[in-house]
Formats: sequence, C-alpha cells, structure tokens
Amino acid sequence: MRLKLALEVLGLLALAALIAVMPQLVSSFTAYEMATVGMYFIALLGLSILTGYSGQISLGHGAFMAIGGYTTAVLSVNGVYGHHIRDLWTIPIAGVVAGVAGLLVGIPALRLSGLYLALITFGIAVSFRQIPLKFDHFLGGTSGKVLSLLKTPFGLSATPNNWIYYLTWGIAFVLLVAAWLFVRGKPGRTLKAIRDSEIAAASSGISLARYKTLAFAMSAFYAGVAGSLYAIARGFMNPDVFPIVLSVYLVAALALGGVDSFLGLIVGASAIYVLVNRTADVTQWINHLPAVNLNPQRPGMPDVIFGAVLIVVLIILPTGVGGALRRLFGPLTSRLYSKS
Amino acid sequence: MPLLEVENVTKRFGGIVALDGVSFVAQPGEIVGLIGPNGAGKTTAFNVITRLYTPDEGDVRFEGKSLLGVRPSGVVTRGIARTFQNVELFRGMSVLDNVRVGAHARHGDQGADDLLYYVNLHSLRYRPASELPYGTQKRVELARALASSPRLLLLDEPAGGLSHEEVEQLGTFIKRMRDDYELTILLVEHHMGLVMSTADRVHVLDFGRKIAEGTPAEVQGDKQVIEAYLGATS
Ligand SMILES: Nc1ncnc2c1ncn2[C@@H]1O[C@H](COP(=O)(O)OP(=O)(O)OP(=O)(O)O)[C@@H](O)[C@H]1O
Ligand SMILES: [Mg+2]
Repeated sequence: MRLKLALEVLGLLALAALIAVMPQLVSSFTAYEMATVGMYFIALLGLSILTGYSGQISLGHGAFMAIGGYTTAVLSVNGVYGHHIRDLWTIPIAGVVAGVAGLLVGIPALRLSGLYLALITFGIAVSFRQIPLKFDHFLGGTSGKVLSLLKTPFGLSATPNNWIYYLTWGIAFVLLVAAWLFVRGKPGRTLKAIRDSEIAAASSGISLARYKTLAFAMSAFYAGVAGSLYAIARGFMNPDVFPIVLSVYLVAALALGGVDSFLGLIVGASAIYVLVNRTADVTQWINHLPAVNLNPQRPGMPDVIFGAVLIVVLIILPTGVGGALRRLFGPLTSRLYSKS
Repeated sequence: MPLLEVENVTKRFGGIVALDGVSFVAQPGEIVGLIGPNGAGKTTAFNVITRLYTPDEGDVRFEGKSLLGVRPSGVVTRGIARTFQNVELFRGMSVLDNVRVGAHARHGDQGADDLLYYVNLHSLRYRPASELPYGTQKRVELARALASSPRLLLLDEPAGGLSHEEVEQLGTFIKRMRDDYELTILLVEHHMGLVMSTADRVHVLDFGRKIAEGTPAEVQGDKQVIEAYLGATS
C-alpha cells in the first residue's frame, strides 16, 4: 500500500510540474482555454466527492457555480465596505456562500435518493435562474454585472491569460490535494461505505446525516470556487453565464472521467470545455468521418454530439476514463501491493 | 444481569404483526439461537435491537440500559455489532477497507490486520469485496463486525449459501470466536444442525410470537415447534 501512496504522490508532483510549465509551451489563448478547463475540473472534483464517494447525485451543481459567480460579482462590483474588494478575496467567500447553500440543500436531500434527488436538484438548477431576475437591482437582472478586469498583481510579468491560468490551476491543485487527503483516509472510507450500503454504514456507527450533508456542502464549496473563478475570468456575470444545461454536462463529464477518479476528471472537464466553446470545431472533426455531414449551425448540435460521445465512451469504458486507467494499471499495482 | 433483554416487543408493518409481544434474554457468554419458519420475525428482531426499527411496544435493554433512545449509528459504540442475512458489504471497497470501517466505531484501524488473519482473509485484503465468492463475503462481514470490538454479536443466517463442509467449520468457528473475543452471540439460522450444535439456548418464533424456548434438545422435542416447522414446509 505504501507503493500506491508513492505512485499517487508522484502523480501529483508530475501534475504540478506540468501545470507550472504549460504556459511556456502553449499560446496565451490556449492558456486561457486551459484555465477554463481548470474551473470545470474544480467543480467536478466537488461533484466527485458527492456522487463518486457519498453516492448522492446532483443535477443542480450549475446553480452552486452561479452562487459562487454572483457572490464574487456582488462583492467586487458593489464593494461591501464602499470600496473595491479585490477579486481574489472573494474566491474563498464565494466558496463558503455556495457551501452553506449546499448544506441547506443537503439536509432535505437526506430524505431523497436516486431519481428523486436528481429531479429535485435539477428543479433547483432550473428555478435558480429566476433569482437574479427577481433581485435585478442587486444582481443585475438579465443584463448582468460587469466585474473589473482582473489585473496581474504584484508587478508580475505574466499576461492576464497566463495569470488566470496560474490562479485557476494553483487553486485547482490545492483543492485536488485537499480532496485527495480527504478521501484517502477515514472520511473517504466513510463516504464510500454510505454509498455502498446505508444500513451497514449506520450499523458500523456512521452518522448518515452528518456525512451526507458534509459531502453536499463540500461539493458546493468546490462549485462555488469554480463559479467565482469563471466570473472573474469572463469579467461579467448574468444568468446565462451558467446555463441550466451546464448542470447536466457536469454529471455527464463526471461519468466520462470516472466518478471517483480525480485525474480522469481532467478529461471530463476538457469535454465540457470543448462542448461549450468549440462546437463548430467538433462538428468539423466529426464531418471527417465517412458519410457524415452535420451542419454546425443547427441548434442543439453540440448536445447531440456530446450525448453520442458519452454513449460511445460509456459503452467502451463503463467506468469512465479513470476507471479504464485503473484497470490498465490495476494488475500491475495489485501484484506489487501483495508483495509490500 | 442479562447482557441483552428484549422485553415484550411488538413491531407492526401496516396489518402485519412481525413481532407480537416477544421477550427473551441473552446471558453474557451465551450463544443464543433464534429460529423459526420464514417470515417469523427473526430479522425484524435484529433490526429492532440494532435500532433500524423502532418497536411499537416494549423495550430493549443492553447492560441494563434501554436502547430505544440510541440512534442506529450509536448502537455499535454501545457494543453491539451484526451481520446481515443478504450480505451488506461495502462492495466498492477492498476487504481491508471494509474491516477498517468496522473498526472506526472503536478507535481507528489498528488490529485490522490481526483480524484478517483470524478469519483467514489476510491474503485477500486488497481485493474488492464485490469480486469474492459469497461464502468469503460472509466472512468479510463477520470480520467487519468483529472489528468494532463488540460484546454482543448478532449473526443473521451466517450459514446461508455455504457448502456442507463450510457450515461445519462455521459451527466450530462461532464457538471459538465467542471464547477468543469473550462474546455473547445471537444466532438466527435455518440450518438446524448448526443451531443445535452451537447454541446454549434456543428461542423459537412463529408468525411473530415466541412459541418455545429451552435447550436445543428441549426445543427439538417440542410439539408446537415441530408443528410450526411442518406447517411451514407442507
Ligand atoms: N420493512 C418492512 N416492511 C413491511 N413488512 C416487513 C418489513 N420487514 C419485515 N416485514 C414483514 O415482517 C414479517 C417478518 O419478517 P422477517 O424478515 O423478520 O422474517 P424472518 O423471520 O427473518 O424470515 P426469514 O427466515 O425468511 O428471513 C414478514 O411478514 C415480513 O414480510
Ligand atoms: Mg430473516
């Protein structure tokens, strides 16, 4: 088992190195794209704790991202003390506000399971949209709120794109390590126990209510941080920044990456990014296939493609990309474990 | 003082009376058999003791203190652990992690290794629980229950699905476990050979009522018991 730990630490270090050098290897625009992938990755980390570990499903995580985005928008635009609060300070606050909202959703969620929980959380995602419209003087209504553009601090020479890249992936890395530390010991085992058998978990002394709401709050915290970063990077916030369908994409990307495989989630996050922002390209790639001729302008085309890709991937790799990797390396590592 | 006292417990599900004024006790160190035809209320009795169900009437006391105010997750910290009729393992976790969760209730996961040797699962400790054969899964469940250092262990049909030889080993194992860990054991079982060879006392349920109690020999000769079983099988 010590070997597994060593492998995981090594993987994290490799990722840290990759994150650090990446902007030197790619264009500034690509760095900005990768920053966006990092934001989805953060949201997916939280969702993985919720769904992959505690076994609860949420089709409403786009709403927690929006809560994070609006928290940052309100704090940095209005300035609670009558002056400009630096954008960065609002990131943890956005996480906490979303986390509290997650806790509030997590309590009634204790009484629901499976399909019902999915429906209720989706209902939250759908109705959340109305809140900025209702409180438009405060949240900016449909036209939204403009955030001051993020400036590179401390006289660093990074371009704004590289800066948002480092900011996002720096936070993503810290939150990845935090999630890893959380799940690799007792709390992770506890959540998985709840996921696999609630009655056996309760009979083993686990308080279902405490851990299930904790998982909800944590995952909403991650989503809130992701949403805050997204609003900062975009420089504005309105109800369309986090469309309802994003919640569905997140769950689909989680399945694609592998529900409890943190590194596989980077693949899932990239899929969301491509789907949301690079639809025309995707349609063109697919048109290279023989006898396929799709019109990228047709409405709904990205969703159809995403759906098709998801179905194909899950048929080939039922446990997602992460599960496939694990199966690939599993025989090797388990042989080594039994010697350790 | 008895370790466990079930006193006049009634549990209804709509029109079904799953337990109807049932009382029995378990003395420290005893292996107590709980038998009866299908649907007699045996599993319901376990679920009431472990607080998954709240009885409509009656009381359950452990070491003289009522369990009715205890939450389901608090039962194991009082010293009661159980296994399930239809194996409730943490299927996505390794054998070792299953046992570690059992040990959470106590202090941590020290001793998990020793326990795995004890139930002869040490070489399988990194295997996912879901990949093991049924009989082995039952042993994992047993190890998980033992890991919480219980004083009372509830076994719900531990012989179910086991081969003939496995059942014989199980009988010996249950008695050895009682001695090694100073346990009191409540044993629900359909396999009469196992109950008769291991239990010190036996209580018989039928349609939620207790119809007999005594030593295995006494119960085996009881007319009502024979009728209940014949009635159930004919
Ligand atoms: N949660 C429940 N809801 C409704 N009815 C229940 C519930 N649990 C048990 N029952 C009913 O209570 C009665 C007793 O069931 P129980 O499972 O305790 O029997 P048992 O003695 O364990 O039987 P078996 O030997 O088949 O396991 C049955 O009629 C059963 O259908
Ligand atoms: Mg039963």
